[in-house]
Amino acid sequence: MDRGMPILRMVGISKSFPGVKALENVNLDAYSGKVMALLGENGAGKSTLMNILCGIYSMDEGKIYIEGKEVLIHSIKDAQDMGISIIHQELSLLPNLTVWENIFLGNEIYNKLSKRINKAEMRLKAREFLDQEGCSIDTDILVKDLTVGEMQMVEIVKAVSRNVRILVMDEATAALTDSEIQKLFALIKKLTSQGIAVIYISHRLDEIFKICDMITVLRDGKYIGQMDVSEVTKDDLISKMVGRELKEQYPYVKAKPGNVILKVENLSMGDRVKNVSFEVREGEILGIAGLMGAGRTEVAKLIYGEYKKTSGSIYMDNSKVEISSPMDAIKNRIAYLPEDRKKEGIILKMPVGSNMSLANLKKYERKLKKIDKKMEHKDFKEQIQKLSIKTTGYDQIIKNLSGGNQQKAIFAKWIMVGPRVLIIDEPTRGIDVGAKKEIYEILNELKKSGMAIVMISSEMEEIIGVCDRIIVMHEGKVTGTLSREEVYQEKIMKYAMGLS
Amino acid sequence: MKKDIKSLIFKYRAVFVLIILCLVLSIMTPRFIGISNIMNVLTQISVNAIIAIGMTCVILTGGIDLSVGSVVAIAGAVTASLVKSNVSILIALLVALAIGSLIGLFNGAVISKMKIQPFIVTLSTMSILRGVTYVYTNGIPISGLSSGFMFIGNYRFLEVPFPVFIVILIFLITWYVINQTRFGRYVYALGGNEDSARLTGINTDSVKTIVYILSGVFAAISGVIVTSRIGSASPNAGSGYEMDAIAAVVLGGTSMAGGEGTIIGSIIGAMIIGVLNNGLNLLNVSPFYQSIVKGVVILLAVMMDKKNK
Repeated sequence: MDRGMPILRMVGISKSFPGVKALENVNLDAYSGKVMALLGENGAGKSTLMNILCGIYSMDEGKIYIEGKEVLIHSIKDAQDMGISIIHQELSLLPNLTVWENIFLGNEIYNKLSKRINKAEMRLKAREFLDQEGCSIDTDILVKDLTVGEMQMVEIVKAVSRNVRILVMDEATAALTDSEIQKLFALIKKLTSQGIAVIYISHRLDEIFKICDMITVLRDGKYIGQMDVSEVTKDDLISKMVGRELKEQYPYVKAKPGNVILKVENLSMGDRVKNVSFEVREGEILGIAGLMGAGRTEVAKLIYGEYKKTSGSIYMDNSKVEISSPMDAIKNRIAYLPEDRKKEGIILKMPVGSNMSLANLKKYERKLKKIDKKMEHKDFKEQIQKLSIKTTGYDQIIKNLSGGNQQKAIFAKWIMVGPRVLIIDEPTRGIDVGAKKEIYEILNELKKSGMAIVMISSEMEEIIGVCDRIIVMHEGKVTGTLSREEVYQEKIMKYAMGLS
Repeated sequence: MKKDIKSLIFKYRAVFVLIILCLVLSIMTPRFIGISNIMNVLTQISVNAIIAIGMTCVILTGGIDLSVGSVVAIAGAVTASLVKSNVSILIALLVALAIGSLIGLFNGAVISKMKIQPFIVTLSTMSILRGVTYVYTNGIPISGLSSGFMFIGNYRFLEVPFPVFIVILIFLITWYVINQTRFGRYVYALGGNEDSARLTGINTDSVKTIVYILSGVFAAISGVIVTSRIGSASPNAGSGYEMDAIAAVVLGGTSMAGGEGTIIGSIIGAMIIGVLNNGLNLLNVSPFYQSIVKGVVILLAVMMDKKNK
């Protein structure tokens, strides 16, 4: 394939942090009008490389060329001046400003004579920029009132308004609904047709095949190679990323489901959850599939007592229970692993060990309410061994663990409490392929031990690979129930889109 | 090795600042190390240290308690008036503790149940209680208290002022609660991430309420000590004490965002402030300048913290 000259070339980039070699002799090219995927497990060095490109980190070795000329990027401003922009998963817009104010933030248009900012002109220009990219968002609306997808559009338009030539998109679709993803893809096509080079980082392989022209793969901070999308298959890519064949990515085990433990009847919460009913048996994993905003997390939080239901009932072992707070749920031996690990799951500043024992401290109380720390440390050691959690010890601050190990620590926290029902929301979000498999194995172990598990996931393959039964939600309602035998992606998708 | 020493110094930086401060002062003014001066400083530190211990618990949860200075005043005034009308000292003390805990309960309940920012709630109670104290005392100090009552603030055991023993006792109890019990873990968890704490099944409302009760009770104890020491309850008593307590907590390395910090740090912080006040007095620095110096020291300390992190 004739690609022409790359607009961006990063050659032989190396970067070390104390104790870690984050990047070693890595190359990356980007071409005008093309989308380059940057692929690798978590910790492969993608973010470090992009932070170097955007002037946030300085590199130890290597050269960066733009249009064949060597450039030095020392600051974010340098990068912006060269037309490099990055769209992060966490958006950088100011929520209390309007769309047009955000687009022109730091780049305001002034009235030549009075030196006052020219609001009318900026509003007009903002409209033009938005129309140009096919976005119908109102320029006067506050950013906080937009959906995540719309915010992303605004962020992209903002970058385009500043003559971006190289646009980096880091996990851009992670929080988008399916229709928003489609819009985003359309926008990316438009950008490339205008000659912008896009660098696209995503964990979702499907997307990469849909939208990208070329792929650069990193593994453990090393450059594995650059290839055309047409030259490779998914399996190739996975093996390049992990350096090993992942034959059984979803190690399903069959267990014999026992009695119904948790039963939910006509659970409702305003418009967001409507008459949801289902049951889970011991030794069973029930999946809840659906698109973002379908009301899945709301169902989990209703059962867990974090949200207040407007109607409906919850039964444990066929007797009705009243749950009005997480405390009540835990008393009924229901545990919940939230979707947003950092915001709702762990306490970032606390040691791994204290995070793990936090739900179970009563067990260690001795005379005068003193915590038996010896016992606590013993249990900690046992759990990190059992779940192979990589940590330097009890006192390591959990913030410094990888996502996968943080997630395993939360699993350990709840396993030690010994729930009968475990609700897990997006158990493998932001976790690399290797750690994902370990999480599935933990789930299987728990299932075999007779726990009733409810798993919410947006990853179709995962939900099909792990669950015994699946319910699909669409706009707050359950639109379908599928057994493991009758499940396939298209069918789930149809239910999830409310099509049947 | 060099790095070890550096991190050791950083860890105990507040202690080093205190030691250096003491060394400098003893060189500049020999009176500083006189036994009577030291005991005097210790008494002054006691009052702030007790409040700072309660404040630390509050700040660890990510909150703040501005009402402590006014609690000092109201608790002192009520105790003084009871003692003056010949109520037994023990009952007067219990009433003071009850007042402190009720105010804390009110602060904590409003903050946790109505979800109003601690700063605003305690700013309001600070103002309300100050007013109540003026109304209660008619703006006139209550003096002429019995010697039995003045014992609390003035008695010395082996030269050591009685309030110092009260600080040590309160410190030991609070240290135990914060470091050795489930409640202590919950305090850190709440300050670290309230949502995670609640979803872990922690009764965050009750943890919050309890720390404000602790803060109220400790402020009331300080109020009793202040009143007993000077033998008079002024309606102005304790104004600005909240700032000294917060300064002590911050100097002790506790994060205002919550979730990080230690009780002992705040004690050291209170000692730094006390020694600094005393030293400036001994050096005959005008109170106008004292305030400036204090502010600069706090700012420098926090800036150093920030830089090293």
